[in-house]
Amino acid sequence: MSIKINFNKNSFSGTKRIASILGHRFMEFVHYTGGISVLMGETLFWIPIPPLRRRQIIEQMAKIGVDSLPIVSLISLFTGMVLALQSAYQMQRFSAEMYIASLVAFSMTRELGPVLTALIVAGRVGASITAELGTMKVTEQIDALETLATNPVKYLVVPRFIALMIMLPLLTIYADIIGIFGGYTIGVYKLNISHSMYMKNTWNPLKYKDLFTGLIKSFFFAIIICIVACYEGMKAEGGAEGVGRSTTSSVVVSFILIIASDCFFTALFYFVTR
Amino acid sequence: MIEIINLCKSFDDHKVLDNLSLNINKGETTVIIGRSGCGKSVLLKHIIGILKPDRGQVIIDGKDVTKMDEKELNNLRMGFGMLFQGAALFDSLNVLENVAFGIIEHMNVSSAEIKKRVKESLALVGLKSIEDKKPAELSGGMRKRVGLARAICLRPQIILYDEPTTGVDPIMGDAINDLILELHNKLGVTGIAVTHDMTSAYKIANRIAMLYNGKIIAVGSPDEIKNTKDPIVRQFVTGAGKGPITEGIDFQHLI
Repeated sequence: MSIKINFNKNSFSGTKRIASILGHRFMEFVHYTGGISVLMGETLFWIPIPPLRRRQIIEQMAKIGVDSLPIVSLISLFTGMVLALQSAYQMQRFSAEMYIASLVAFSMTRELGPVLTALIVAGRVGASITAELGTMKVTEQIDALETLATNPVKYLVVPRFIALMIMLPLLTIYADIIGIFGGYTIGVYKLNISHSMYMKNTWNPLKYKDLFTGLIKSFFFAIIICIVACYEGMKAEGGAEGVGRSTTSSVVVSFILIIASDCFFTALFYFVTR
Repeated sequence: MIEIINLCKSFDDHKVLDNLSLNINKGETTVIIGRSGCGKSVLLKHIIGILKPDRGQVIIDGKDVTKMDEKELNNLRMGFGMLFQGAALFDSLNVLENVAFGIIEHMNVSSAEIKKRVKESLALVGLKSIEDKKPAELSGGMRKRVGLARAICLRPQIILYDEPTTGVDPIMGDAINDLILELHNKLGVTGIAVTHDMTSAYKIANRIAMLYNGKIIAVGSPDEIKNTKDPIVRQFVTGAGKGPITEGIDFQHLI
């Protein structure tokens, strides 16, 4: 539901009008944040309440995870290759090519694996969740669920939430591996680093905490993608145009929140784990 | 007995329901008529508790729907069926899963029993052998009938019909009217229908109420409404282009 404040343009001086617009924007922000928080609370409330709806969770896992494999593979592979090539450009000046392996491994596990996967899933899956739920909202299917004594959050949001919480970290691990493999192909076949040297420089410096920091991020990204996408879908109004608007907004807000929270977590892990 | 007392609801600055009061008797079919966008569907959604009013009460069998928590509301809704304007079938489910939705969600019955009850409900609305079809494969009229089959599958005591005959051809519209009459006569179902189709209203109603400017301005039997002296109701039921409802609205004409 949008907040509308009517004001007569002539009755406001310039400063007052700017203050009024800023106030309006701030109220919209508070409304949005409140809505997202309520949906998050309701989702957490409904998760432990049976039935678990295994069939729906598995369907969503297939849609979210398995169907995302090709695009995640492609992007991770190229990213790993580009990382290796770009770092080679610098490292060769210091004859330090052997560090390319560890640079690729660290960058993929700590940063690019989780963030790129989250952005792909937000664009691919988040948009589709918003479009589906938005269409259900404008065609009164969500109202119909309520009239059939079924809670829409339990029926629609919870299976998607659980599926995303499982699949996004798994996709992230997969993206890490493919990215490292991309770096390996460049390192071994183009830069002539030996296979054993590349593998040693990949796995030896890599610690569990590097993998875990990436996975912790991906859990939070999964929450962001699911809750933003479902919230945008369930508040869609105004027919096809409204669904389109919500879908765009869902992807934009998810992207911003993913990048902002990534910055926050990276800083946090840097100070906590160094 | 459903009592609607001083119900108020606004969306942004637009007042949709303004101190609306109406009593609906058990076992009767009450038809609420009014122009498109006058708040008829909003009123229905308040009765089943999907929308919360700004003020006022909806009392069903002595209990206030507006103050119920989710569990109480869901218990109440088990005794309700609702037919939506566009049928609101779940796109991702087939006809069988749509019609049986309430049974699958809330009852522990065998799949053979589910199939039997779905078949019975579909037969009541004149459909057969379409259980495996998806809603997207059905025509508008068929979707509406499947929506009605879903509404009656749990054998509710109260059925809400949102524009039951809109979007179907006149013959199917009359068949739906007959079905509503049959549910009322044979099963004693309390029906609340909102429509602007006066043919349907006269046929199915025990009582007709007219909603205008957020209030109920007239209630009466179909004959009373048909022969009313109230100029607003009269303009609506006769479908006249000129009258108090359209006063001040200037329709452009071709030269």
